[in-house]
Amino acid sequence: MDHQTTNVLVAGVGGQGVILASDIMCEVFMGAGYDVKKSEIHGMAMRGGIVTSHFRFGKKVYSPLIKEGEVDILFAFEQLEGLRWINHVRLNGKILMNDNKVNPPAVNLGEMDYPKNIPEIIQSKFKDFYLVKGTEIALQAGDVRAANVVLLGAMSKLFTIQDSLWLDTILGHLPPKVHDLNRKAFAAGKEQIKAG
Amino acid sequence: MTGNEAFARGAYEAGVKVAVAYPGTPSTEILENIATEYKDVYAEWAPNEKVALEVAIGASLVGARAMATMKHVGVNVAADPLMTLGYVGVNGGLVLVSCDDPELYSSQNEQDNRHYARFAKIPMFEPSDSQEAKEFLKLGFEVSEKFDTPVMVRSVTRISHSKGIVQLEDPVTPPVKIEIRKQAEKFTMLPSNARVRHRFVEERLLKLKEFAESFSGNRTEINDPSVGIITSGISYQYAKEAFPEYSFLKLGMVWPLPKNLIAEFFKKVKKVIVVEELDPFIEHTLKTMGFKPKGGKDRFPICGELNPLIVEKGMLRQKIKAPRPLFKEPLPPRPPNLCPGCPHRGLFTVLRKLKLFATGDIGCYTLAAYPPLSSLDTCICMGASISQAHGMAKALGDGGRGKFVAVIGDSTFLHSGITPLMNTAYNKSYATTILLDNRTTGMTGSQEHPGTGFTVRGEKTHKIDFVELGKTLGVESVRKVNPWNIEETEKVIKEEIEKDAPSLIITTGPCILMRREFKQYNKPLEIDSSKCMGCKACVNLGCPAISFQKVEGDMAFTKDGKKRKGISHIEPSLCPGCHLCYQVCKFQAIVSQEESPSFGFQTL
Repeated sequence: MDHQTTNVLVAGVGGQGVILASDIMCEVFMGAGYDVKKSEIHGMAMRGGIVTSHFRFGKKVYSPLIKEGEVDILFAFEQLEGLRWINHVRLNGKILMNDNKVNPPAVNLGEMDYPKNIPEIIQSKFKDFYLVKGTEIALQAGDVRAANVVLLGAMSKLFTIQDSLWLDTILGHLPPKVHDLNRKAFAAGKEQIKAG
Repeated sequence: MTGNEAFARGAYEAGVKVAVAYPGTPSTEILENIATEYKDVYAEWAPNEKVALEVAIGASLVGARAMATMKHVGVNVAADPLMTLGYVGVNGGLVLVSCDDPELYSSQNEQDNRHYARFAKIPMFEPSDSQEAKEFLKLGFEVSEKFDTPVMVRSVTRISHSKGIVQLEDPVTPPVKIEIRKQAEKFTMLPSNARVRHRFVEERLLKLKEFAESFSGNRTEINDPSVGIITSGISYQYAKEAFPEYSFLKLGMVWPLPKNLIAEFFKKVKKVIVVEELDPFIEHTLKTMGFKPKGGKDRFPICGELNPLIVEKGMLRQKIKAPRPLFKEPLPPRPPNLCPGCPHRGLFTVLRKLKLFATGDIGCYTLAAYPPLSSLDTCICMGASISQAHGMAKALGDGGRGKFVAVIGDSTFLHSGITPLMNTAYNKSYATTILLDNRTTGMTGSQEHPGTGFTVRGEKTHKIDFVELGKTLGVESVRKVNPWNIEETEKVIKEEIEKDAPSLIITTGPCILMRREFKQYNKPLEIDSSKCMGCKACVNLGCPAISFQKVEGDMAFTKDGKKRKGISHIEPSLCPGCHLCYQVCKFQAIVSQEESPSFGFQTL
């Protein structure tokens, strides 16, 4: 990975912590000695819209945007948003998705159905697919807001960066009173991924 | 750092004394970052961009380094002082940061503000990443003082909201002494002085052209000489990503352009392609200079932002194919929406019910144009709602009375709504204005303004009284309504739109995200599934907490045996308990968990 750029597309819904998660990845990989860039759209997206963040690391990164179709890792915080972007993932790419559904307006209004069997659809097309019960585990740990830390724990297993760098970076963004909870969330997320 | 964080850092390192802005995506975080991170820099939100630039001019006049930051359309508002600022120049360095929004992620147009630099005859720098955002801002102050000119620095969404690594430096002490100087010939633009200054502007432009030849931000990278790419800003990164082997002339300064440097580049490479986002600004300038690039906007779109794929395909003259279709069925879109509990939802539910035409403005409430509310009918620019409604009244005459209203937010009203409301009263209109006072600048993420009672750094200050202001402007009928109370809001609107005199209706519900305004939120409401008829009255409020769920079998009937297609569901984790749905349900199927159902909230 030292000589080429790795492209991570983080996708979710406004309010899920997509931007914080990609901020944390940016800092972790910068700490590990890589050149990093990331780009995202916020503003109107705050109000329940689609949020995507392009995160890239490598020896030297030029564009903050990933070239269409060249996503190495899709990091989806929600099922529909996972499905929405699979066409952009390389055929041998990896997908890590939160097992969570947030209804878009057309589904709430009863005009469209929420797509069924999303994990099965993705599994049938991508060998490296990881479904993580991020929201469920965070709720068990006591705070649904820790879902993105569960997911980051799972994500950390796809790389060889030491846990301490991940944890120090994550906890640096959080008030001390929730540090223990988020340490547990990170560890629980790691356990969700079997392959090292 | 993001580009915006880097601009803030650059202001600090340049020794900026005064930084002023009006919030606007994608520029907002520059001033926010200065306010929270760099206490040595005085920072303020101005009520609009014109005021922001004028405040910066005042600071520069006495010798301080000053900065105004705004979104692209904000420069239109500030264009009046900007055009003459080009004549008067500066004492302390003055930089205007314009953040453009190609692709219109959060804007009403995608104008290319490089044209302003040519129009005002002032230099413009364009950084390609966060590191350059900081460097170019600092260079901007040096160039501003050296050439007695304001400097524009242009960013775009993909610079402002992208992160990259930035090397930090210590702040410098600016060279100009801060004191009052009497310089009428420079700062008082009477025609006699302005004629002299116009000649100065033209001479200055010649000197700036010379400067551009040696400016460190204009960089030639000669590799493979078969293709030479002339580019700037974010487009450089896309082109470099796609074709690192080609030769580049990367322009850090997009106005004025360095003619000799360009001529040398044309000699060194076989063919030149211009890669730029939005308008053919560089391409046309090259052509007027007599250069003949082999390609430009014949290969790349004028509309929308570029990206590495568009640049690659344009260079190769290939069409972009849709990505391989792993999943073909249409997916439900996810447009932005008003939050659960948003006070605007109640008002627009009433406007929809009354079938009123609503001239709209810029803010969260513009989202009411989307279904299912579909009750906002125009959006042009800040403040236009009120003037448009007045124009409609004069054109329609008495036949239009009772058929339309103007809708404007509190921050937008203070930005550009006061003058048109004064006009409405002065010219004896019957138009009704509804001021949505949610006590914040909502769409850009909750910024203070003169109606909130707090400064950008959270200090208490004078708070505008909208009732008194309306009366002072000449509107006799000023009334307040609770927008979460449908019956009350409907009654007041009906009364006011019938009057043959201007009215101002002020909605009192704060933005649901403004915790400091609420004593507490209410308990979430619940659906009584035995009573719900599936009529969708609550669903059609468009509240993200309410969904419609199809039912089959036993569930397809109510307790009384009536058939239904589905029932509503309220997601308790999303519902703050505004009780709007409670009011629209005709079947008492929505149950309040409060002792006495409240319409809205107890606010502070």
